[in-house]
Amino acid sequence: MLYREAGQFKTTYAEDMAIFPIRQDRMALAILLGIAFIGVPLLADFDIWPFGSDYLLRAILLPFLILALAAIGVNILVGYCGQISLGSGAFMAIGAYSAYKLGTGVHIPLAWLGFAISIPPLPVLLSILLGGLAAAVVGILFGIPSLRIKGLYLAVATLAAQFFFDWVFLRVPWFTNYAPSGSVSAPTLDFFGLNVGTPIERYMLCLIFVTVFAFLAKNLVRGNLGRQWMAIRDMDIAAELIGIRPLYAKLTAFAVSSFIIGVAGALWAFVYLGSWEPLAFSIERSLQLLFMVIIGGLGSIMGSFIGAAFILILPIMLNLLPTQLGVPLSTETITHLEFIIFGSLICYLLIKEPHGFARLISIGKEKLRLWPFPY
Amino acid sequence: MIALGQFLEVLIGGLMSGVLYSLVALGFVLIFKASGVFNFAQGAMVLLAGLALVRSLDLLVANGFPIWIAIVLGIGFAAVIMAITAWLIERFVIGPLVNQNALTLFMSTIGVTFVLEGAAQMIFGSDVYPLRLFPTDIWLLFESHFPGGILVNQLDVWGGLIAGILVAGLAIFFQQTKTGRALRAVADDHMAAQSVGIPIGWIWFVVWLVAGLVALVAATVWGTKLGVQFSITFLALKALPVLIIGGLTSVPGAIVGGLIVGAGEKLAEVFLGSHIGGGIEYWFAYVLALAVLLVRPQGLFGERIIERI
Amino acid sequence: MAIGGKQARENKTRYRKNGLNEEESYMVRNKLLLAAAILSGGAFASPAAAQSEQFIPILSYRTGAYAVNGVPYANGVADYYNLVNERDGGINGVKLLVEECETGYATDKGVECYERLKGKGPTGAAFFNPLSTGITFALTEKTTTDKIPIITMGYGRADSKNGAVFAYNFPLLGTYWSAADIAIQHVAKEVGGFDKLKGKKISLLYHDSPYGKEPIPMLQVLAKKYGFEFTPIPVTHPGVEQKSQWLSIRQNRPDYVLVWGWGVMNGTAVKEAAAVAYPRDKMIGVWWSGAEPDVQPAGDQAVGYKALMLQHGAGKFPVHADIEKYVYAKGMGASEPGKIGEVLYNRGMVNAMLGVEAIRKAQEKFGKKPLTGEQVRWGLENLNLSEARLKELGFEGMLKPIKISCSDHEGARDGRVQQWDGKGWKIISDWYTANQTETEPLVDEVSAKYAADKKIQPRDCSKES
Repeated sequence: MLYREAGQFKTTYAEDMAIFPIRQDRMALAILLGIAFIGVPLLADFDIWPFGSDYLLRAILLPFLILALAAIGVNILVGYCGQISLGSGAFMAIGAYSAYKLGTGVHIPLAWLGFAISIPPLPVLLSILLGGLAAAVVGILFGIPSLRIKGLYLAVATLAAQFFFDWVFLRVPWFTNYAPSGSVSAPTLDFFGLNVGTPIERYMLCLIFVTVFAFLAKNLVRGNLGRQWMAIRDMDIAAELIGIRPLYAKLTAFAVSSFIIGVAGALWAFVYLGSWEPLAFSIERSLQLLFMVIIGGLGSIMGSFIGAAFILILPIMLNLLPTQLGVPLSTETITHLEFIIFGSLICYLLIKEPHGFARLISIGKEKLRLWPFPY
Repeated sequence: MIALGQFLEVLIGGLMSGVLYSLVALGFVLIFKASGVFNFAQGAMVLLAGLALVRSLDLLVANGFPIWIAIVLGIGFAAVIMAITAWLIERFVIGPLVNQNALTLFMSTIGVTFVLEGAAQMIFGSDVYPLRLFPTDIWLLFESHFPGGILVNQLDVWGGLIAGILVAGLAIFFQQTKTGRALRAVADDHMAAQSVGIPIGWIWFVVWLVAGLVALVAATVWGTKLGVQFSITFLALKALPVLIIGGLTSVPGAIVGGLIVGAGEKLAEVFLGSHIGGGIEYWFAYVLALAVLLVRPQGLFGERIIERI
Repeated sequence: MAIGGKQARENKTRYRKNGLNEEESYMVRNKLLLAAAILSGGAFASPAAAQSEQFIPILSYRTGAYAVNGVPYANGVADYYNLVNERDGGINGVKLLVEECETGYATDKGVECYERLKGKGPTGAAFFNPLSTGITFALTEKTTTDKIPIITMGYGRADSKNGAVFAYNFPLLGTYWSAADIAIQHVAKEVGGFDKLKGKKISLLYHDSPYGKEPIPMLQVLAKKYGFEFTPIPVTHPGVEQKSQWLSIRQNRPDYVLVWGWGVMNGTAVKEAAAVAYPRDKMIGVWWSGAEPDVQPAGDQAVGYKALMLQHGAGKFPVHADIEKYVYAKGMGASEPGKIGEVLYNRGMVNAMLGVEAIRKAQEKFGKKPLTGEQVRWGLENLNLSEARLKELGFEGMLKPIKISCSDHEGARDGRVQQWDGKGWKIISDWYTANQTETEPLVDEVSAKYAADKKIQPRDCSKES
């Protein structure tokens, strides 16, 4: 009824090839962006429920946005290009630590050459983006084995990156500016003179990042490159036969995906945690991201958002629920129950809809289109 | 200059540790071979089996049962728990997910991991429970040849023996029994197996049960080594490189992979790690695995992957 | 007839379906409301919260890899708050409202718990105690902005002893640098004097995290001063596999091994030491590596193992009798009764007591009502527990007097050494006091660097009262 394309005529090729060819989609997106960009700050500014405290902004929305960004990165690699990676946490860490180094000034003494490479502290925006770039470079390196190793073998092989970088950032004091404890804290978030400090400012910053990258990713995956990735995913030998270079396609997927994950990692460290250690980017983070992508829907940008929301918020809700309802359970039992219910729900969702929430949405759209006819 | 004695000691110690990883890796192989599921929950199954065993053991001993009867009953109880778990997993997770892609199956086993970890700790407690089924004394070999001798831990020797018996037992089970042969048939082609009348659901239950029993065996050894506690689940991550070096589908591969990983990581940690800061064994095992995969993408003993259009 | 019957049945099913739908949509709406209510979290404190209660959050970990140590500690904390409510009716009539949040020892969950709990109660959280060095680092800046003190008793960042820079951090009773100094003092005593340390080999087996790394700079300073050979040996989280570390130790034969572990790592270290026949009485654990769960699983192998004490050890004191009488007799106890008086349980109690006393101190200045974090911070900074006051509280023999000031957020830096005899911990040494001439330069250097990085203007402590 509401969702119907009838009457929307496309008179130019450009219109036909727009990102969102259907008017209702565009409107929904505009409303969503309106809420995110204008509604939330307004509510927060006037302390209107549910923004009376920082909790929703700082503990839910902020990590949600950043992890959604990381999930988009993972989705490009796993969902669009079909290369399973369990090393996403490491790429987040590379983004975070590179950005940290660049943001606090790089000094590489090359004593044997008689000089030193010194880069003064870069602006925060630049260091975050360059952090992503560093992750992309390492991503390409660790992508090379994917030309030979496939499927689950590749998944385990990417764990090499995960554990190696966990170790590097623990062990090489240069990365932590020789902090005695190995824990580092982010430089002041100074964007062109604007100091990002309050929760709402942090939220807006992440929102801008996520929106820009989501649009870029959406555009990328429907272009030439995205189609190459999907061809490789669906059947790499066949793709090769029709003239797609696996080397180029796979490595670009690794690069783009690692770049986005790296930027997300830098944001996670700078904007959300503030102070961090390598444990913040452990294997659990990698698995969490993979879950977001699979529950949300492989090969769907929208799905990354839904998956991130589901995986991040569900455990918190499950944990909060008994206390809020006044059910007298010990913290211990609540956490165990949270694990059990969370695990069962994941299994249930995988069984009911192995293609994730994105598929549910597209089924829903299809139904709306045909409504009220059942066929 | 590396002393030969120390080198041998680390090598032997490493090989032994490797066999202990193999105990966990075996469970992965069994399930992957029979159903193509990469079972991340193996670590959690070791925890569950260990907790069931040690808690029932403590209870029985506290109620005055002689230790031998308590051990037998405790192992029986843990085996029943593993059987129930196997049935539940087959019935509610793996069965309905038949024919899904490998990644979905893999993620579903992580879901199972959450459930098992939560349930095991909720039912049996989240403390550390000591378990002493095997001697943990040490032998010093060749003391006349090397200063200080070569140290060998009896527990490791027991672990090696048990792994050997387990592999032999599994080989006999696969080769000689009817169920074992049916299992191999399912592994080769489950459509064909079903059409000749093999009950697939039952076979999968058996596989998960056997993997559960292997987890129980691993739990007795690792429980003696560490005490039964949550951290035992981290063993899954130590077993993964073992698994892919050996090949996901090969039982002997799991043992050989274990030996390679164990010896490799310990030698690297002791002789290389001290020069670059230490703590390298975690990633070294994975890098070793990566190197093996670059030469043989299906692992040392894995089935060759042939791709056609 | 048959057809009619079928139709009727169909109608019935359809009817039922519709009914269900209505019910479902109702349920969905209810759930949404519920979800929204939950999401609002801090916005509405639970309606049961009276306006005259002091809110105290507990960040604990009762599950996961570190639950073994997290559970007894959290029990001690919870029981002591209960005791204050049950025995005294709160602090000067202000009841304590306590909520626990599970962090699982993970930094991001700790941050979530912090955000969840910081605004609860009529005046917000009195203070936080995360029991994790990683979470402490992540919260240090946030708590300063939110003006909530963070108590890190016996852990946390060692440089935060300098209250001029770290106004909201309170590493009470001892930092890791004090611990390192005390450990070396004890080693010196065992080998027969500081001059005998020269040429000795001392290794540090540490948990590879900010927690385990914290003592390294101090030990390096001490190694240089006394001329012993210092080797740090990292153990990767969570520490289930330590064979290679111990094989190295067997070859290098250090004279002492200091253990800076947590959770499974402690027990495994003791067992692996036995497995390479390293004498257990040459191992000295930090005060987080010296509790019952660390040695009990190793059985006889742990006999002789030594550990530092954060002043107190195991055992029951007058306050325990109160806890049994007012809390456990009413069935409100958090722990198994047999585990009251264990090392970590006692530590949780001490920690809770110091927080409660800080609130009491702050009430002297700000009135007998629920206080804000900022007010409690003043109470912490002016906390002064005399011997007599400790006796009144029932902690005599567990603690020495403690006095906090603006320049000294540590308050006391005393410790003893205990040894496991197979059944219990025996105190084997006199009191040691960490030598401030060793720790102070490092504290000043590192905290000054932090202040410069964060553009903090250190307070002038002579002007604080």
